[in-house]
Amino acid sequence: MSSFDFLMQGLVTASDPMLLLYALIGVTIGTAIGVLPGIGPALTVALLLPVTYRLDPAGSLIMFAGIYYGGMYGGSTTSILLNTPGESASIITALEGNKMARKGRGGPALATAAIGSFVAGLIATLLLAFLAPHVVKLALVFGPREYFALMVLAFVTVSSAFGDSTLRGLTSLFLGLGLACFGIDQLTGQARMSFGVPDLLDGIEVTTLAVAMFAVGEALAIAALGNVGDDKVHAVKGSVWMSRADWSRSWKPWLRGTFIGFPIGAMPAGGADVGTFLSYAAEKKLSKHPEEFGHGAIEGVAGPEAANNASAAGTLVPLLTLGLPTTATAAIMLAGFQQFGLQPGPLLFVTNPELVWGLIASLLIANAMLLVLNLPMIGLWVKLLTIPKPWLYAGILLFATLGTIGANPSTFELGMLLVFGLVGYGMRVFGYPIAPIVVGLILGPMAEQQLRRALSISQGDWTVLLTSPISATMLAISAVALIVPLVMRMRGRGALLRQMAGDED
Amino acid sequence: MSVKQHETQRRPDRAALAVAAGLALFGGVIVVDAARLADFGGYSGVGPGTVPRMVGIALILLAVWTVAAALRGDFPERPRQQPVPVLWIIAGLAAQLVLLNVAGFSIATGVLFAFTARAFGQRNLPLALGVGIALSFAVWMVFSQLLLLNLPAGPLENLFFGRPAP
Repeated sequence: MSSFDFLMQGLVTASDPMLLLYALIGVTIGTAIGVLPGIGPALTVALLLPVTYRLDPAGSLIMFAGIYYGGMYGGSTTSILLNTPGESASIITALEGNKMARKGRGGPALATAAIGSFVAGLIATLLLAFLAPHVVKLALVFGPREYFALMVLAFVTVSSAFGDSTLRGLTSLFLGLGLACFGIDQLTGQARMSFGVPDLLDGIEVTTLAVAMFAVGEALAIAALGNVGDDKVHAVKGSVWMSRADWSRSWKPWLRGTFIGFPIGAMPAGGADVGTFLSYAAEKKLSKHPEEFGHGAIEGVAGPEAANNASAAGTLVPLLTLGLPTTATAAIMLAGFQQFGLQPGPLLFVTNPELVWGLIASLLIANAMLLVLNLPMIGLWVKLLTIPKPWLYAGILLFATLGTIGANPSTFELGMLLVFGLVGYGMRVFGYPIAPIVVGLILGPMAEQQLRRALSISQGDWTVLLTSPISATMLAISAVALIVPLVMRMRGRGALLRQMAGDED
Repeated sequence: MSVKQHETQRRPDRAALAVAAGLALFGGVIVVDAARLADFGGYSGVGPGTVPRMVGIALILLAVWTVAAALRGDFPERPRQQPVPVLWIIAGLAAQLVLLNVAGFSIATGVLFAFTARAFGQRNLPLALGVGIALSFAVWMVFSQLLLLNLPAGPLENLFFGRPAP
């Protein structure tokens, strides 16, 4: 059967009324958290993991994917109207979008962001559907050493290729890898780093770490800045519809943004923010109105918004086909799969095709739902921005601890939440990136297992990692991705990399 | 997590040195723990202690690198940190931790809610406490009765115990 047939079957699966309801809940929550500053899709999925423990796996995963897509839509609203990005992939949108809102063109800015997101989401999800089976075929020839090399590549690109410091990226990654050492060794059953504490035998929960880093750490860091004065929400004046000129200036950036964002998301290259930056740069160069950039150019909203949605779909390619998360949100979604005893990867397409294709097809449906949720109902979302900060953050911490208590109602778990929250606060203060520690914790044990399998097969010969062409190539790319940015920064050319820093989602 | 002052450039960054010490300590603990493990290398020669040992050593090397960066003043300048709101949130989390199994989810989380709101500038603590406990109780009803999540009950929850959730 071709991808097309599978996708059609998936659409049948996804049209189940219950699954449609899950998708609708997902995109609604996703839009809301995208709109709210200080809380992103990674945190939300982490919070919902324990809640969905008893629910249907397919429905829960569809909901998580809906949250991811919805977060990308909702973030643009905050960027445009408040000049505070709702999540990290919308930082670029704030540059032009907020300028447009100040000139009273907030409506068209929101419209081009929403329609661009829809176009990009549609194309990128179809690309995901048609690409995935090919990647699966490729992945089937992967042995332990290739998987190990792939994970090393992901480690390097997530931690040190972008951002402003190789040192801080690597430190964050190795903190995650260190935390991954806690608990029972998967191959020999020996207790590592447990210090006789039974609670530590299970290892550190990914959800606890993620919630601590994203919710507690963020709340502490923002509270520590004190009151910086209130941001002004720009009311949406006039029509949200775009004029003919807006359409003609928007459609090319949408397509370019899609084709920039999708591969960036699909490669282990550090998340959606990189794609938005490249798209912005491309639009600035290609625009017929370069003088408008910095003063509210619609292309500067259309391109990056399309790119960040396309990246979200692109991220699902390595996640579904290889089980390899390349962003913090994808890492938490992987934990979601594992919670239901599912391991994403080539085998999942064989053992559970209904679930995988249902998930992919439901993304198409979610995308259409999001367009409806975001255009006519924009006024409702804007109201969310008027929640006062004290209530907002108090509510965030309420739900953050609810997730942790729900997963494991022990004071020990809450203690870890507090400790990691303080670590997360410290990391923010000192400018350490957060995504590498989360990715390190979840990928660390997998990488270790693959390495030890590879070395068992080779009877302890480390050169085996370099004798497979695929693995050798990936390790070589990893080395380049580690060394080149290091040299660039030493020569004082780090500013470009800093702007491309992938932050949290 | 102390208050960071704006230090003049070119002076060794003491806070960064503390970070380095923490990294070295964590790395050291991992290496020592790994040495304790019996090495069932088997065919691979790689046992349960090998990878932790490598990670631990890497952390120690990163600590050395951090010291070098701190001495060069390579760490980014930090915005002035206000300790009071941070302490309110920490106190809230600690109070929740202590109260959870004594007073139940709603009261413990209500306290956390109120303290956090206080940290972000909500002056009226009794109001915040009332809102927090009411909201937490609503959340408790939905999640423990409807979604069957195991959330600790206390006097407030037991007062309504057995009542079907709305």
